[in-house]
Amino acid sequence: MSGLLEVTDLRRYYKVRAGRGPFAAKALLRAVDGVSFRIEAGRTLGLVGESGCGKSTTGKLALGLIEPTSGTVNYAGAAMPPTGGLEWRALRRRIQMVYQDPLGALDRRLPVGAQIMEPLAIHGDATPAERRERAGAVMDSVGLQPHQVDRYPHELSGGQRQRVVLARALMTEPDLLICDEPISALDVSIQAQVVNLLLDLQDRLGIAYLFISHDLRVVRQVSHDVAVMYLGRIVEQGEAESLFARPAHPYTRALVSAIPTTGAGPRRERLLLQGDPPNPVNVPAGCTFHTRCPFATAQCRSEVPLLRTLDDGREVACHRVLESALQVAA
Amino acid sequence: MAVLEAAPTTVAHRRLALPSVSVSLALLWLAMVIVIALGADLLRPYSITAMDLKARLTPPVLFGGNFAHPLGTDELGRDVFSRLMLSIRMSLLIALFGTLIAATLGTALGFLAAHFRRGVESVILMAIDFQASMPFMIIALSVLAFFGNTLLLFIALMGFHSWERYARIARGLTLAANEQGYAAAVRQLGAGPGRIYGLHILPNIASTLIVSMTLTFPEIILLESGLSFLGLGVQPPLTSLGNMVGYGREYITRAPWIMLAPAGVIVLTTLSISLLGDWLRDRLDPTLR
Repeated sequence: MSGLLEVTDLRRYYKVRAGRGPFAAKALLRAVDGVSFRIEAGRTLGLVGESGCGKSTTGKLALGLIEPTSGTVNYAGAAMPPTGGLEWRALRRRIQMVYQDPLGALDRRLPVGAQIMEPLAIHGDATPAERRERAGAVMDSVGLQPHQVDRYPHELSGGQRQRVVLARALMTEPDLLICDEPISALDVSIQAQVVNLLLDLQDRLGIAYLFISHDLRVVRQVSHDVAVMYLGRIVEQGEAESLFARPAHPYTRALVSAIPTTGAGPRRERLLLQGDPPNPVNVPAGCTFHTRCPFATAQCRSEVPLLRTLDDGREVACHRVLESALQVAA
Repeated sequence: MAVLEAAPTTVAHRRLALPSVSVSLALLWLAMVIVIALGADLLRPYSITAMDLKARLTPPVLFGGNFAHPLGTDELGRDVFSRLMLSIRMSLLIALFGTLIAATLGTALGFLAAHFRRGVESVILMAIDFQASMPFMIIALSVLAFFGNTLLLFIALMGFHSWERYARIARGLTLAANEQGYAAAVRQLGAGPGRIYGLHILPNIASTLIVSMTLTFPEIILLESGLSFLGLGVQPPLTSLGNMVGYGREYITRAPWIMLAPAGVIVLTTLSISLLGDWLRDRLDPTLR
């Protein structure tokens, strides 16, 4: 089965000024540096990593919202059309996005009902009466009350706003929803509601998700597969349960060991990382993670590790992943 | 409980339904000014060129004059009240169309700059800087000196006053909206530029533009007055508020009413429009309801 969304060796570089002042040298910021993944219909890929590692840029590239410096995005077997063109606009029906800040993503001067109906108006689908009917059905399915049609975004709570954004995204019955930190701006209790709603919608409608988040617990809950990003590259990718149960890359291990636990069960070994992620303008030579990796060797400092597939289908970019000493340490 | 819930809504409704006293007065004044402007030909008691040399420099009604000339007469015995009515029409016409031309042109150029970026944007920004760095009075003087003075040209010229302000505002706010937030979201939904700019960005930045319009409207009235005062604006026998002030200045000690009547209208009208602009801004913002 071929993937719904296939991303191959995607790169996005930005020209920036290194340092301050008008005469500072130009430098290249590698926001996304050779990312490949695929999402099957009806499945969820979780994309995790710390702030500034290129998660959101990857999401925008996958949407075709920005053009990649190099690499390809294929949607349902066809290449992503040029951003902003007619073809690209028509494709929006199939791919939709859910945003981190629902208030910012909604037009505060329009009632939410009009905004939920807007995708159909844009694509010229259905008569106004049918649009209203469909909006009513979708609002019901995301748990909004019919009378909230005439409300303005600022009159709704955070959770309700995110439901409005979701309802708007679902109006054209998309196959793929790109969720960019959809719950990180919400209260914990609302987070659970929205996550359950997303899972429920996937069950009923068979939508595929690209779920971008830094909240590992939620990613574990919603994802079938998980990709871990560090400094613009995927360092580990695999089936969600096994990745969280037996992380192979030292960075993933550090992330997983940082997930808070309830205290019951055996105490886990904590892998604490030192320092901050390096500046993406000056990416370290070799493995980008070697500056913070407790297991780094001379080889890690000089040679870039490539993603290699392990026996169980896991992909890891680490020179020392097969060494038995490290397996024991984990 | 029901009483508690009902109370805030009625307060909110009252605030919406009834504008404050100052805004009501402003609205009343503007309505009167508009009625006068529209019906000047029917309402005026005399022709603006009708001279009554026996009644030269008659003072207004409460200052020793009579009801034949309620606002007095000027140095040629022309009725100030009648001239004021036609002046209001002329000045409003110039200011209204001047403001509309400037707002439309400026906003359109601002959208173009923000939409196309690169070359288009640099050209528009350069034009903005050029316009902003030249005193408009000098541009106006040279245009009027070279092309002569017709009413149409004069209105078009007023339209070029302050377009750069709208262009700057529209460009800045559009860039901000395009980068993140609702405009990017709507673009992501597949909307074309017409829908994004017309249905989403324009309503969102309209309040800022409207406030700016209420600022430039009086400015254009004053600019027209200034040019007319210099003899470059509206030419006799036509008359405008500034034109009246200009010709009345020679009689300021002996017959101050010739100048004070149009000056008073300028002050009250510009003040009313500013008040109305503030009120409109609040009315147009659903988050303030």
